[in-house]
Amino acid sequence: MKPILKFLSGREAGIFVMIILFCTAVGIYKPHFISSNSLRIILLLVPLIMIGAMAQMLVLVARHVDLSMGSMLGFSAMVAGLMYRDMPEIWWPIGFLVAVGTGAVLGLFNGLLVTIFNLPSIIVTLGTLNLYRGLTFIISDARQINRANIPSELKAMSQTSPIFGIPWIILMSFAIALLTFYLVRYTQLGRQIYAIGSNPNAAPLRGINVTKVTLIVFIISGALSGLAGIMYASRWGFVNPSNTGMGFEFQVIAAVVIGGVSINGGVGTVLGTFLGVILLGCVAAALPLLGIPGTTQSAIYGSVILIALLIDRSVRQRATANTKRSRA
Amino acid sequence: MTNQIPSLYHKKSWRSLFNRPETMTFTLLILALVGASLLSEYFLDVNYILRSFTLTAELSIAALVLTMVIISGEIDLSAAANIALSACIFAYVQASGAPMTLAILTGLFAGLVMGSLNAILVIVYQLPSIIVTIGTLIFYRGLAQVIAGDKSIRVPEWFIGVNTKMVLGVPFPVVIFTATAIILGLVLGTTIYGRQIYQVGTNNTAALHAGIKSNRIKFGLFVLLGVVSSACGIMAASRLGSVRYDLALGGELQMVLMAMLGGTYIFGGRGTILGTFLAAWLLVIVSTGMTVANLLPAIQLTVLGLLLIVAIIATNFIYSRARR
Repeated sequence: MKPILKFLSGREAGIFVMIILFCTAVGIYKPHFISSNSLRIILLLVPLIMIGAMAQMLVLVARHVDLSMGSMLGFSAMVAGLMYRDMPEIWWPIGFLVAVGTGAVLGLFNGLLVTIFNLPSIIVTLGTLNLYRGLTFIISDARQINRANIPSELKAMSQTSPIFGIPWIILMSFAIALLTFYLVRYTQLGRQIYAIGSNPNAAPLRGINVTKVTLIVFIISGALSGLAGIMYASRWGFVNPSNTGMGFEFQVIAAVVIGGVSINGGVGTVLGTFLGVILLGCVAAALPLLGIPGTTQSAIYGSVILIALLIDRSVRQRATANTKRSRA
Repeated sequence: MTNQIPSLYHKKSWRSLFNRPETMTFTLLILALVGASLLSEYFLDVNYILRSFTLTAELSIAALVLTMVIISGEIDLSAAANIALSACIFAYVQASGAPMTLAILTGLFAGLVMGSLNAILVIVYQLPSIIVTIGTLIFYRGLAQVIAGDKSIRVPEWFIGVNTKMVLGVPFPVVIFTATAIILGLVLGTTIYGRQIYQVGTNNTAALHAGIKSNRIKFGLFVLLGVVSSACGIMAASRLGSVRYDLALGGELQMVLMAMLGGTYIFGGRGTILGTFLAAWLLVIVSTGMTVANLLPAIQLTVLGLLLIVAIIATNFIYSRARR
């Protein structure tokens, strides 16, 4: 009973209610929105954002931010795509290893710059955002990896499913969410990420190796961006140096901030992030149905981020007011 | 004793010249000029460099104000999106038949509103400017897309070509840039208001205790950046002859890069307008040099990203040495 009560009073319940309200409102206006088909559309929209959001959540909890995710996604997808194009006989799952590995290296580079030189992650990743995007053009010779070059088994992962008709990539993104839940809930590393985010000065006094934890967080962010990259290739069947992953970081930040992850570090739950991603997916799926043109999408994401920030602030204020009252 | 003090003083000022990040910017500028002139003998043509500068003049002007925002301890990543949105609003209003003055005023007013929105979120609601301006960056760019769609909006023929107007042989945007730099440099370097910006950026709490209205100063800077950005947006509309929502896309990188290359300290409290002024020229030389050397735009993007990282490492290094 206790966990249920805790859920009902928390931030996650608020997002959950918002999802229900939003879907009901759209469902009344356009009844065929509530169907298993639109559920499928929503779920197919979210796997990449889900994986990115889990990584960005960890980064934000550690009191950093990673703006280079979209470029890491693009670069890793391109490396895997080039491998498929130039070595067609290779066993296709190697692409996963290559993409995740490439992403991890890019993330490590971000992490090293942040930790060794003690630089603010926002500026570092603003730099690498452009650096990695430029490198993607260079390694690909500014040419697209076409549909014919992506193995059909990989493309099939977005269509076929092992159980319940849920495609592989959706199951994978849910698995990543579960793994992240396990990481932050039950491992020492996970708790250390929260510790350095809540108080970066106190964490080393408790014997936490802040440099190591920060590095790992950035490596995870890169590796998961790489995973999202190979899933992009699976989902869309091409890799384009300029489009692939463009603006990905903004969607991810929107989802994470909606999910109640604090931008001041130390606060954020996997469930909240998960629901934030789903809410964003519902909005994205409902827009074309409501006849709202795709050009408004970015404006909606932007305003959603700002509104979420304001809600987050008022929630935090009420929380501190409550502690003060109970202390008095 | 008396003649020792001036010599000591003299020695110290020499050393401090090496510790100034502007010296780094200036040296790089000279190096870039030499390197670029080796690439092509036609490069050292003053008119060519001046003409190239008009391509990034809008971003450079806004970067001057951004420098002051960063010195005050905040950051604004939304300025480039602001340029795009105010340009789109301006072009939309005049294309719908309104007189040019009204269109320009609407554009400037839009900039005022955008700057104020940033300021309200950061100062009244106490949200971190980094995340807020990422949010408004997406929001403003998205609104520009809503207004302009995927089409480009044309401006009338007589309004086109601010970059070809010459004042004493110098393109008009360069004149504006230099004038803005001189005015802002004087404000920042010689007025009480300017010193207060440094104090707020160095230690906000101490500044508050010293009776400085730091919130009012920061609010003013955000609004100023908003208005200046919108003026730059209208200038860009005149230079390009038509406006699209992706005007100055990714411009936030170049603006932050100018401030960082000019030695502005990312954590606030240090930096000069002179540094950003020099850095803007340095960037023009570098990117023109890359174009002359026939490098792909993608490689130029890579170079800019690398430069940002190198610049911030170098400034941090210089400041940490100066503190010792």
